[in-house]
Amino acid sequence: MTNLTHVQTALTELLPAQTATIRQQRGNELYLTIDRNDILPLAKHLRDSFGAELALMVANDRRPAQNGFEVFYLFANPVESWFVQTQVNVPAHNPTIPSLATFYLPASRYEREIRDMFGIEPAGHPDPRPLVRHAFWPADYYPLRKDAVSPEYFEDDGSQFPFKQVEGEGVYEIPVGPVHAGIIEPGHFRFSVVGETVINLKIRLYFTHKGTEKLFEGRSPAEGVKLAERISGDTTIGHALAYCQALERLAGTPIPDRARYLRVVLLEMERLYNHMADFGAIANDTGFAAAHAHCYRLREQLLRLNKQLTGNRLLRNGVTPGGVSDMVTIPPHLAAELDRLLADFNEIVAISLQNTMLTDRLIGSGRLTAATVQDHGAQGYIARASGLNLDARRDHPFAAYDALQFNVPVFDSGDVYARTMVRVQEARESVNLIKQALEALPEHGPLATPLGQLPPFEPVFSVVEGWRGAIIHWLMADESGRLYRVKVKDPSFVNWPALSFALLNNIVPDFPLCNKSFNQSYSGNDL
Amino acid sequence: MAGYLLAIIQMVLALALAPMLVGLVRWLKARLQNRCGAPPWQPYFELRKLLGKEVVVSNNTSWLFRVTPYIVFGSAVTVTLLLPLITANQPLDRTGDMLTVVYLLLLGTFFLALAGLDPGTPFGGMGASREMTVAAIAEPTIALSIFGLAVAAGSTNLGQIVAQTLAEPAVLITPGHLLAFVALFIAALAETGRLPVDNPSTHLELTMIHEAMLLEYSGRYLALIEWGAWLKLLIFLSLLANLFVPWGVATTLSLPALVGGLAAWVVKLVVLGAAIALLETQIAKLRLFRVPELLAVSFLLALLAVTSSFLLR
Repeated sequence: MTNLTHVQTALTELLPAQTATIRQQRGNELYLTIDRNDILPLAKHLRDSFGAELALMVANDRRPAQNGFEVFYLFANPVESWFVQTQVNVPAHNPTIPSLATFYLPASRYEREIRDMFGIEPAGHPDPRPLVRHAFWPADYYPLRKDAVSPEYFEDDGSQFPFKQVEGEGVYEIPVGPVHAGIIEPGHFRFSVVGETVINLKIRLYFTHKGTEKLFEGRSPAEGVKLAERISGDTTIGHALAYCQALERLAGTPIPDRARYLRVVLLEMERLYNHMADFGAIANDTGFAAAHAHCYRLREQLLRLNKQLTGNRLLRNGVTPGGVSDMVTIPPHLAAELDRLLADFNEIVAISLQNTMLTDRLIGSGRLTAATVQDHGAQGYIARASGLNLDARRDHPFAAYDALQFNVPVFDSGDVYARTMVRVQEARESVNLIKQALEALPEHGPLATPLGQLPPFEPVFSVVEGWRGAIIHWLMADESGRLYRVKVKDPSFVNWPALSFALLNNIVPDFPLCNKSFNQSYSGNDL
Repeated sequence: MAGYLLAIIQMVLALALAPMLVGLVRWLKARLQNRCGAPPWQPYFELRKLLGKEVVVSNNTSWLFRVTPYIVFGSAVTVTLLLPLITANQPLDRTGDMLTVVYLLLLGTFFLALAGLDPGTPFGGMGASREMTVAAIAEPTIALSIFGLAVAAGSTNLGQIVAQTLAEPAVLITPGHLLAFVALFIAALAETGRLPVDNPSTHLELTMIHEAMLLEYSGRYLALIEWGAWLKLLIFLSLLANLFVPWGVATTLSLPALVGGLAAWVVKLVVLGAAIALLETQIAKLRLFRVPELLAVSFLLALLAVTSSFLLR
C-alpha cells in the first residue's frame, strides 16, 4: 500500500514550484494545481513510480469568474485506494492543453471530448476527428461552455467523417446502423471484411447527444438525483449512488449505517437482474432461446422485487443524498426469494453450459487480451474476464462493502465465455452480498442524514462499481449550493473502443455475440 | 382428368397448409421455451397484412428484384404439383421427376440470391454469399439422398418411388434408406433456413442467411417470398414423410384412400414439425464456418446411401 504522504513528497520533489498548492484531503486524495506544461512529467512520474493511471479528465468553464477554463486530471492506482487530482488552469485567450493521448490511450478520447464540448485544443493530439460533436452542430458551438446558445435549428454541413480506409484484394465494407433492427440505441459499426473475417471495425457512437451534463447545471443537489438515475436506464443505482456519494464527500456528510447496508442491497439487486438477463441474451445470440426465455422470467421476478423495494422496477427513488429514500422497504422473505431465483438461474446455466453447441460458440470468440484492456483502461467484467483483478467495491470501498465478504471472479481467457462466466459468478456473489447485508442491517436508525452545506467551486469525485464497471461522478457546486458542473463517466466510455479489438480476426456473424458479451451502454456513453 | 384435378387439389392444400405448418413449429417452440407464443395460425394474418401493404422498392434495383418473388413462389408451387403428397398415383408424376423437383427448388434459391445482390446493400450481398455457400453443398446432398431411394426403386419419379417402397416395405430398413433419411433431414434444415444453420427468429442482420436476402423486400413481394419459403419447408417435410414413411399415401383414386392419404400426410407433417421444434429448442446455432462441416457430413451420408443402395440392389 502506497502511503499518500510518500506520493506527496515525490510530487513535491518533482514539481518544487507547485509545493504551495499540494494538499491531502478527504482521507485518500492528493490535490494539487500545476502549470499545464507540467502535466506530462507528472503523469509519467505517477505511472512509473506509483502505477497510477488516468481515470478521468474533466474540463470546467470558469470564464464568468476567472476568465479561464480548468481541466482536472484524476489519477488512480487500479487496486490501491488513493487518488491524485490535478488541476490545470487554461486561460480563455489561449485554450490549449498539452495532449496526453500518446501516453495514455484513454486520454485521447477524454481530450477529444473536451475539444468538442469546450473548444479546448489538445496540442499534439494525433487524432483530429470529432468524438462527441455531432456533424450537424455549427462550428463555433461548444455546448458545455457556460455561454453556449443552442442553435435554432441544426443542419448537415455535408462534411464526411473520415473512416479508416482498408484496401486490398477482396476487402469490402459492411456499414451497420446507426438504426438497428432491435430495440437498441443508435451506433454505427463499420466492418472492413475479407470473406467473413473482420480485419478492422470502427464504432461510431454519439448520435443522440442529450446534454445530460448540461442539464445538471443549475439544479439543486436533490433534483440532480432524478437525472443521475436516468443517465443509463439499466444503471439507475450505479449512477445515482456515484452522484450522491460525490455530494456527500463534498459536504462531508456521513451516512447512517442502515443506509450503507441498504445501498449494498440496491446496487447488488441492479447487478443481479442485469447479469441474469445478460446470460440469457448471450445464449439467445447463439440461437439457444430457451435460456433467454427463462432468464427473462427471472429478470421479471427480480424487477417485481425491485418494485417492492423502492416502488420502481428499475430501482428509481432508491438513493438520496445522505442515505437512502424512505421509500426503501425490504420485501418480506427477500433472502429466501433470491435463493430460489439463484437456484433457478444455476439450473439454467448448468443446462446451457452442458450444451456443447452453445459453449463452442462462446469459447474463443471475441478474445480480448489483458494488454488491450490495460491500454484502454477498460473496466468491469470486461477487465475481469481478461485477467485484470479490478473491482472498486474491494479496491475503493464505499457503502458497506468494507464490512462484507465477497469474491471477485477473474478469468484469463478474455473471450465471450469468460465474460459470460464472470457474470454468472458475480450474480452468485451478489446474492451472497445481499444476504450478508440483510443480516448486518441495523433494525432501527435513520435512513438518511441531511446533506450539509456544499462548499463552492470545490472539485469532488466518487467511484462506484456499477454492474458494468467503475462509474465515476465528478462535480462542483456554485456559491448558492447548486450544481455548477457535473461530469459523468460510465465505464462504457472506456469499454466501447475495446470491442473493436476483441472482434479482430473474428467472423462477421459472431459480432452480435461479442457485442452482447460486452453489452455497453449507448446512453451512459453519449451523454 | 380426375388425376389432374387431384394434382391441383394437392397444390391448393399445400398452399393452404404451409403457413399453418410454420405457425405450428413456431408455437411449439414457444411452448417448449416457456413462452405463450403466437397462435399457430398467425402466419395467415402475416400474409394478409403483407398482401395489403404497399410495395417499397429501392431505386437501385433492376427487373430481377421484381421478378424474383414470382419465381420463388412459382417454382415452389410447381413443385407441389409434382410431389406425391396424398397420392402416389397422379399423372403429373411422369412430367417431372426428383431432379426436376430439386432443381426447381434451386431455381428459387438462385434467383433469391441474385435479388439479394441486386439492390447493392451490404446485408443482401452477405446473405446471398452465405446462401450460395450453403446451397452449393446442400443441393447435391438432396439430389443424392433421393437418388439413393431411386436406385432401390428403379425410377427417379417420386410417385414411383413411393409406390415401389409401399410394395416392398423391407427396403426402408436398409442402410441406404436410413442414411439417406439423415442426409436429407440435415440438408432440409439447411435449405429451409432452420437451426443449426440459420436462425429463423433472429433480428440480428449480421448473423442472417436467408432473411438477409429479404431485407429489402416489402408488401406483396415479401408475402410471396415468405409463402414460398414456408412452402419449401412443407415440401421438404413431405418428401421426408412420404419417401421414407410412405404408409397412408393413396395408391388408388378411391375416396377413402384419398381421405386416408390426406390424414396420414397431415399427421406426418405435425410429427416432423414437432421434431423440428424440439430440435431447435435443444440446439444452438453453429458458427458459420462449421456449417460446411455439417453439410459435408450430410453429403457423405447421402453418398454412402447411394453406394449402399447400389451395392445391395
